[in-house]
Amino acid sequence: MSDVNILTDIKKELIELYNYNSGQINSNVGLQVNSFREKALSDFNVAGIPDRKNEAYRYTNMEPFFKGDYISEFSHDTFFKINLKEIFRCDVPELDTYVVLLLNGFYYQGNGMQILPENITVCSFAEASIRYPEIFEKYYSQNASTSVDGLVALNTLFAQDGIFVYIPKNTVLEKPLQIINICYSFKNLRIFRRNLIVAEENTKANIIVCDHTLCNRSYLTNSLTEIFANDNSFIDYSKIQNENSLSTQISNTFVNQQKSSNLTTNTITLHGGLIRNNIFVNLNGEGSENNTYGLFLCDQQQHVANYTYIRHKKPYCRSNQLFKGILDGKATGAFNGKIYVNIDAQKTEAYQRNNNILLSADARMNTKPHLEIYADDVKCSHGATVGQLDNEALFYIRSRGISQKEAKFLLMYAFANEIISKINVEYLKERIINLVDKRLRGELSRCNNCNIKCG
Amino acid sequence: MLDIKDLKVSIDGKEILKEINLKVNTGEVHAIMGPNGSGKSTLASALVGRDIVKIVKGSITYMGENLLELSPEERARKGIFLGFQYPVEIPGVTMVNFLRTAINEQRRFKNLEPLSSADFLKLMREKQELVGLQSKLTDRSVNEGFSGGEKKKNEIFQMALLEPKLAILDETDSGLDIDALKIVANGVNKLKSKDNATIVITHYQRLLDYIIPDFVHILYKGRIVKSSGKELARELEEKGYEWLSEE
Repeated sequence: MSDVNILTDIKKELIELYNYNSGQINSNVGLQVNSFREKALSDFNVAGIPDRKNEAYRYTNMEPFFKGDYISEFSHDTFFKINLKEIFRCDVPELDTYVVLLLNGFYYQGNGMQILPENITVCSFAEASIRYPEIFEKYYSQNASTSVDGLVALNTLFAQDGIFVYIPKNTVLEKPLQIINICYSFKNLRIFRRNLIVAEENTKANIIVCDHTLCNRSYLTNSLTEIFANDNSFIDYSKIQNENSLSTQISNTFVNQQKSSNLTTNTITLHGGLIRNNIFVNLNGEGSENNTYGLFLCDQQQHVANYTYIRHKKPYCRSNQLFKGILDGKATGAFNGKIYVNIDAQKTEAYQRNNNILLSADARMNTKPHLEIYADDVKCSHGATVGQLDNEALFYIRSRGISQKEAKFLLMYAFANEIISKINVEYLKERIINLVDKRLRGELSRCNNCNIKCG
Repeated sequence: MLDIKDLKVSIDGKEILKEINLKVNTGEVHAIMGPNGSGKSTLASALVGRDIVKIVKGSITYMGENLLELSPEERARKGIFLGFQYPVEIPGVTMVNFLRTAINEQRRFKNLEPLSSADFLKLMREKQELVGLQSKLTDRSVNEGFSGGEKKKNEIFQMALLEPKLAILDETDSGLDIDALKIVANGVNKLKSKDNATIVITHYQRLLDYIIPDFVHILYKGRIVKSSGKELARELEEKGYEWLSEE
């Protein structure tokens, strides 16, 4: 059977799954969320699961990852019986954060609805869609067009829960908000997670997202987060992906920035089966600045792909992309980075860099910069490298009595540190240093936080 | 301490060293001089175990051990140090992290406890002073953004920290102004003792005005063609290397 047929079958299966469960799915959320389903269905029907003919997925073959034997759960009650506090604890006690747990894509009921100081709201996406129709009307699905990508359409079709964060005008989130996504189920599970984060004018927030799989099962996560950064907002969004080798994660992040806003995403991929990050940024207001950073470490048969699309729509904006990867074993990676500068976006500064190190002869990396510039007064640059550890440097280090293994580690760590150093929450940085350290030394093969020793 | 016998070495199939015999005892300073391409750096590379160097024939015994069987890091732990002609820039690896790892790996080899951060920093400051390296090293990456002079001083600084038994200084004087040269030489002289030995590799005699060798060897076309006392260096400076081919 050809790939196309398999994907067509999967598409049919997913559409049937939706049609069969639409009553349940639609009943949990507000009208605004349901109003996008029809278009999402028809867009998904056209696009389907992306295959390699899709330019954006040229290096990422999704087909084998959708084939598995997964179940889906649409009732909010199913997972609510689980007491997460018994099976999970964050092992960074110094990390003073507001912690919110999400279980299999659902906002964990044990969190309750959190009204943080200064009326900052953190709650279930489903609940918010009913409670705050005016906010959903203004923001929901406004930036994540379902015609862009079949997987965006698929998420919008099934969207019913996740996290909702609302930071009202002139407020500062004093402590970082830590969102912990947990996959916990003894059956292979499909997860659709939908998040909406809105930062109004003059706000500041640090958001940390951690992904964990707590069982040795296969999870297929299709996650979509929309972030709206309004005028003069400063948002720092770090994502730490640490999943088991059986799992697949498609993470779509849509960022919409207004005037003089400043938003940084930093995606640290420590472990996972297949991880595909799509980051779309719209610089919609003059003087806005975006930093999109990423670090990925992969080995065995893992595949990590980062796809970025930074769109400069207004003048005087600045964007910086830096992605670094270390690949070992038979791992494969891809970076596909696009900068688009509108005809009116004069005085744009847009930079992109992707550096990769291959530690084995079997590891492969594909990197593809793509610049589309229509304005004439801009500064743009891009650069990509794929190489090995520097032999001269290795020898220099060894000549001082440091073992080859340790010398390699020093060089890999130095390479990774350029990204880690950009994390601005001190305890998180230390934690990441520690995790990357373990990962590079081959001591991290599962989530550290897990009390269930699943292997 | 060091005994090189009939050493024949090739790089990429090309024979560079033809037949080297050299004995170095503790407390001695040996200078190896020679024109470009005579094999000076290759000899240094063979001593520290660089993998591009292929030993075709001969032996190197160091403190009674077959040196050729040891990895570069093992040689370093047993007290061999190379001051590089071209120190390598290593972005992202801080001097502190690099040197502390080096010191502690060597201490572990000697069954000593690792140095604490405070003790290490104290030691570092002490040695920095000794070689006149004023730069603040804590936040800097290894050799990155160092001037030529700083790079060379940094080599001597590392030597001071690691306290080798046998130091090989490969063209440490090249690219140094006269002040830096004096500082570097001064550092080497202060570290000299009856228990260690130094091999100074140089093209010019000027470094030898400050580091006084006990023996001078002339390496020419892969062979040591002349060995004598320190006066040989001066003779070379006056006559140049041309007279070698005439002899």
